[in-house]
Amino acid sequence: MDIFFQQLVNGLSLGGIYALIALGYTMVYGIIELINFAHGDVYTLGTFFSLAILLGLGVSGEVHGFALVWVVLLTMLGAMLLCGVTGVLIERLAYRRLRNAPRLAPLITAIGMSFILENAMQLWRGPTPIAFPAVIPNPSLHVGGVEIAAKQILVIVLAVVMMAGLQLFIYRTKMGKAMRATAQDREAAQLMGIDINTTIAMTFLIGSALAGAAGFVSGVYYQSTWFFNGFEAGLKAFTAAVLGGIGNVAGAMLGGFLIGLVEAFATQFIPQGAQWTNVVVFSVLVLVLVFRPSGLLGEALPEKV
Amino acid sequence: MSFFQLTGLRKTFGGLVAVNDLSFSIEAGSIVAMIGPNGAGKSTVFNLITGIYRPTSGSIDLEGRSLCRLRTDAITALGVARTFQNIRLFSFMSALDNVMTGRHAQMHANLVASLLHTPGQRAEERRAHERARELLRFVDLEPSSHEYARNLPYGHQRRLEIARALATDPKLLLLDEPAAGMNPREKDDLVALIERIRKSGVTIFLIEHDMRVVMNISERVTVLDHGEKIAEGPPEVVRNDERVIEAYLGRADGAA
Amino acid sequence: MQAGRYSTYALLALVLIFPLLDRNNSHIDFLVNAGAFILLALGLNIVVGFAGLLDLGYAAFFAIGSYSYAMLASAQFGLHVPFWVMLFFAASIAALFGILLGAPTLRLRGDYLAIVTLGFGEIVPQTFLNLGQWTNGPNGIGSLDRPSAPGLLLGAPDWKLHLFGLNDATPYYYVTLALIALGVLLASNLQNSRLGRAWMAIREDELAARHVGINTTVTKLSAFALGASFSGLAGVVYSAKLNLVSPDEFQFSVSILVLSMLVLGGMGNIWGVIVGSFLLSFVNGFLLPQSTNLAHAVGLNLDFTNYRFFLYGAILVGMMLFRPEGLIPSRQRRAELRVALADAGVAAQEQAEYEGPPRT
Repeated sequence: MDIFFQQLVNGLSLGGIYALIALGYTMVYGIIELINFAHGDVYTLGTFFSLAILLGLGVSGEVHGFALVWVVLLTMLGAMLLCGVTGVLIERLAYRRLRNAPRLAPLITAIGMSFILENAMQLWRGPTPIAFPAVIPNPSLHVGGVEIAAKQILVIVLAVVMMAGLQLFIYRTKMGKAMRATAQDREAAQLMGIDINTTIAMTFLIGSALAGAAGFVSGVYYQSTWFFNGFEAGLKAFTAAVLGGIGNVAGAMLGGFLIGLVEAFATQFIPQGAQWTNVVVFSVLVLVLVFRPSGLLGEALPEKV
Repeated sequence: MSFFQLTGLRKTFGGLVAVNDLSFSIEAGSIVAMIGPNGAGKSTVFNLITGIYRPTSGSIDLEGRSLCRLRTDAITALGVARTFQNIRLFSFMSALDNVMTGRHAQMHANLVASLLHTPGQRAEERRAHERARELLRFVDLEPSSHEYARNLPYGHQRRLEIARALATDPKLLLLDEPAAGMNPREKDDLVALIERIRKSGVTIFLIEHDMRVVMNISERVTVLDHGEKIAEGPPEVVRNDERVIEAYLGRADGAA
Repeated sequence: MQAGRYSTYALLALVLIFPLLDRNNSHIDFLVNAGAFILLALGLNIVVGFAGLLDLGYAAFFAIGSYSYAMLASAQFGLHVPFWVMLFFAASIAALFGILLGAPTLRLRGDYLAIVTLGFGEIVPQTFLNLGQWTNGPNGIGSLDRPSAPGLLLGAPDWKLHLFGLNDATPYYYVTLALIALGVLLASNLQNSRLGRAWMAIREDELAARHVGINTTVTKLSAFALGASFSGLAGVVYSAKLNLVSPDEFQFSVSILVLSMLVLGGMGNIWGVIVGSFLLSFVNGFLLPQSTNLAHAVGLNLDFTNYRFFLYGAILVGMMLFRPEGLIPSRQRRAELRVALADAGVAAQEQAEYEGPPRT
């Protein structure tokens, strides 16, 4: 039973990272119906940027006391900013022109963008995994037979806080309203005087910034990173977004945690599970798309002729 | 057993009742029109007939055979063809290719024949080519055979869509607002075309807003409002029906 | 255009006698590999170019074809199905998997289908990797059967069956050439047939396609199956020559490489695809390594082969932004893509009508 709860905790923290990445996928898909393939790589960039900032600050291990707070803030916000800008640039350079092209075109471009980013990171930091400083002291809480690490709590709390912040933003601010309107009907939104370009750029900014946060958290949690991280994590996060209901912010969060749980339990309970987790998660993707493409929280819309 | 029959047809979308208990029949070889104010559910009826939507209840029968649970392409194979309100041609195929594609269900080349271009396949292609040209002549579009469909003028595109629908050798042809966007001369040509189609043995069921076209061509008119049939009969009778006038113009006491 | 026709014949003649002119086995080996990728590109072209279905996991079928050969024509299970029979078998097995993958997923909308195929492209090599007791896991299967043919065809003095030479790529060269010729013929026949028109119709307007009697599910499935079968063929030749099959040859990057070949050359155009494929193989196999040698010779510590993925990405992004119809476009595709970029309002309207929400 303890194993069950342990994996529950592990799964939730894994899921927190997926949830943060999934938010970016779901926001972009909701507004321009594009699967932003490069999003997973923006997440990895988040880790790389964080690493650069930390090295610049001279951090190589744990940080204690008050310094910890401002190191974390500086690094995370710095990574978020840099990733946000990256996202906006990608949209501006690669996707904007293709907004009205047949759906195949921006998708292919997104794949190309992903490859470019991955290769850039490979050239930046080499093809092998890189160590990432611990930064945050990691005492564990022992509840029953279950060990909960401080970092795990951090991930989960951060994910929930970010989502709550995002929901507030989307439902309580003017820009948020503009995003929702654009997502529902781009032409009508334009007719209402909404600047589509800015709204879409903002969506990419926020989505990518969240991926940047996920990147920072992932570096701290796993204490290592690799240029190719984003590919798998991106696919799993996308699965999470679809599972929760693409275009639905709460769904992305729900889906993220669920996928994290699926992965944790698969690793534990399937013989040689670690090797099969990818297969399991992708199978979830296929099953969801085939049987319930609107996801758990999305609505099934009939096609209007 | 009539040629074509709708019985108690009903379609709801969540809480919205789009079509409510609609029943009527069409005799073979006739031309029947369905009119009604916008949003009355006319296109929905067409969508139900061609299998885009499944009826919530009720039935649709062609020559005694139910169309209700069939896929769209199966319904076409049974002899129901249609045109669309918003013209759905294959834009980047030539007019000729559009019509040849319409011959799909009438051709039988299987995978092996298509891979190897057997003599049988080639003969079938020639026949389809010939038939397509015949149909283009029938709708007066033969000079434009090799134009991309999207480059054709609007009126020509409507005629091309009709030719493509005829290529499926239909028994029943559904025309969804065929006169929309046409000038009076084109509408006269259209009326003549529809009459030619009927003479070739095809039953015609059309949705139309233009009353002149409806009066000129249809033998019987059914009027829909809010998904329900409110009148039916010969055109001159229906146009003077009080309920029909009310549906279009609203009540005299301003409840519209 | 007499000049054009003569130069085409000259080129074909050159291709036919190349191994007799250039005896360097590594050159011929390169061409065989390039040829295998041309086959892959022709197959993917059926799926993406003709039918308009974006398949991002095409390497999975390549893997299936290769592993079929490795498992059925080697000491692995003691089965020694002859090479020539395996060509047919592997094509069929790959086609079968095409149908298995397609059956539940082809009704999904374009971008979702792409992701699902990507997932499949990950699952298949991963499965081959994991099923160690059958596939030797990461080590792969080696010592595959060598094909054999009547001696005279191999330059031997008699008609008896001789095995292909161990380090001789020449017989594989001719086999690949024959397969490419076959592939071109079949693909071009398909394009100009009832099925080819049905694919085009589905690409244009799936709803209207159904209304002219096209069973869109079966039609799309046939594209998947046929495309996959080309992969099966390529897999057999490739692994037989390499004498080895291992999971890391079939990564996502291979799927993207083939896609890049299509995008570069011209999706939907058979000759465009061949040119694009060969061009990229050439860049990969010669240009990049030679440039690296050159750089080293001048004292620069650059390894251009590390930039390969950057190149694929740049091709995909650059081509889509500036020349989406490819280097050698099919007339129709160019018209489709250019109009969409130029006529935003109309295109948006058409796009919105064409593509509804997820469930088709």
